Amino acid sequence: MGTIVKSYEPTFVDKLYLPAMVRGLIVTLRHFFRRKVTIQYPDQKHIPPEGYRGLHRLNKYPEGRIKCVACEMCSAACPADCIYIIPGPSPWDEGKERYPVRFDIDLLRCIFCGFCEMACPEDAIELTEIYDFSNYTRDDLLIDKEGLLEVYDLTKDQNYYTKKSQSQASSPNTSIST
Amino acid sequence: MDFLGFIIICVKVLLVFTATMLGVLGMVYAERRVSAFIQDRVGPNRVGPKGLLQPIADGIKFLMKEDIIPDRADKPIFILAPAILLIPALMTFAVIPFGSPITLFGREIALQVADINVGILYILALTSISVYGIVLAGWSSNNKYSLLGGLRSSAQLISYELAMGLAVVSIILLSGSLKLNDIISNQQGSFLSWNIFKQPLAFLIFLVAVYAETNRLPFDLSEAEQELVGGYHTEYSSMKFAMFFMAEYANMITAAALTVTLFFGGWDVPLLDEGSLGIVGTIISVLSFIMKMAFFLFLFIWVRWTFPRFRYDQLMRLGWKVLLPLALVNIFLTAGYLTLQASN
Repeated sequence: MGTIVKSYEPTFVDKLYLPAMVRGLIVTLRHFFRRKVTIQYPDQKHIPPEGYRGLHRLNKYPEGRIKCVACEMCSAACPADCIYIIPGPSPWDEGKERYPVRFDIDLLRCIFCGFCEMACPEDAIELTEIYDFSNYTRDDLLIDKEGLLEVYDLTKDQNYYTKKSQSQASSPNTSIST
Repeated sequence: MDFLGFIIICVKVLLVFTATMLGVLGMVYAERRVSAFIQDRVGPNRVGPKGLLQPIADGIKFLMKEDIIPDRADKPIFILAPAILLIPALMTFAVIPFGSPITLFGREIALQVADINVGILYILALTSISVYGIVLAGWSSNNKYSLLGGLRSSAQLISYELAMGLAVVSIILLSGSLKLNDIISNQQGSFLSWNIFKQPLAFLIFLVAVYAETNRLPFDLSEAEQELVGGYHTEYSSMKFAMFFMAEYANMITAAALTVTLFFGGWDVPLLDEGSLGIVGTIISVLSFIMKMAFFLFLFIWVRWTFPRFRYDQLMRLGWKVLLPLALVNIFLTAGYLTLQASN
């Protein structure tokens, strides 16, 4: 049940190649005038889409208390094993009894899979849209509890990149090393 | 030659040389910017306003680089090759008229460095010399890729020089002179007196040959980086490397100027008598020349980012089996037409 496909036989005009060449030139000329896709990075910043998995943050209650109860579900879920938690009795009188004394994330080990935020029963850990947090030393890429809470303050109201003015171009402070 | 004439010549030489070098700088910038635009990018825009100082930054970088001469290279030839390439590239512009004659200090000054009566032959001869630069650079580097690049370049030149020369012959038949000024004055008048309308086939052949001649894509086989690393300039570094590029851009500028002169009436503005307007006419003519040239320079870059490189045998076939017979037919037709016209 084969069908005979007639192979393409170029006509004389095709063999001149000139119309095809002109068409090609028109294509490139159209690109010449097209809007450019480049984002001028340090001046303009790419705004990541909803659900982007960037730098972590630790959420707080409106009154300022940390949401995390140091259940260590996140560090158990973490495939890269990059979350270190030391739990302790919470210093606040009411509410949850536990809280993390230390909460460190090794950003160099983290693979940004987002399993931690899925595992968290308290919605305490979340990944934000921040992507440019490079640093010069390995130590500076260990983010601790204070650093993670600071990221929450930076990102809680609106998108980090739309909020930030051009002048304040530095990355969030991950340099509070432990 | 009197003293004033000598001064005028010196000024003209300086003017043309600076203009060509500035053109080279402009082309370095334009090439990077236009190629970026065609690829939907922005291109260099950091050095100076809109990145205009980028060629200068490039130049400084080239000067700072270490100048490496390979151990087993043929040293004198290795050093000489870029100069052999660059000097003819800068010399060719001397015979191209870039504006209508101007009257200053009570004498008529032709806007052309040297009005020699074999102008076209001079250009063809010099552009052929420049290929020696490429061949010698490839040969002296003692590198197989360089050698292949040089060899390809010479083979390519032989197959295209011929078609190019024959395309020019039909123009010479029309104007009856090898002088570029005569060729331009032959094209003055209305739009249709430009040679492109009289000799469209010769124009096509010439244009294709010019791209091969200047080693530009789609015929840049001598530096096909995917196959030959860098081609003939693989072993070159620092300012010697920069000289190859300066030569390439200078060649492009000359080629564009020559295309304009031969087929687009040179500095001629259609339906306008530049001579009667005095100095304004001269300025208009120079501007029209620059604009026509700018279009062809843009076309060089535009074509580069549109067409893929020819394979080696395709290039040879196009040169020998298509362009050469076409050029011969074109000459035959032109000559026949002229003979018939003369006998009537």
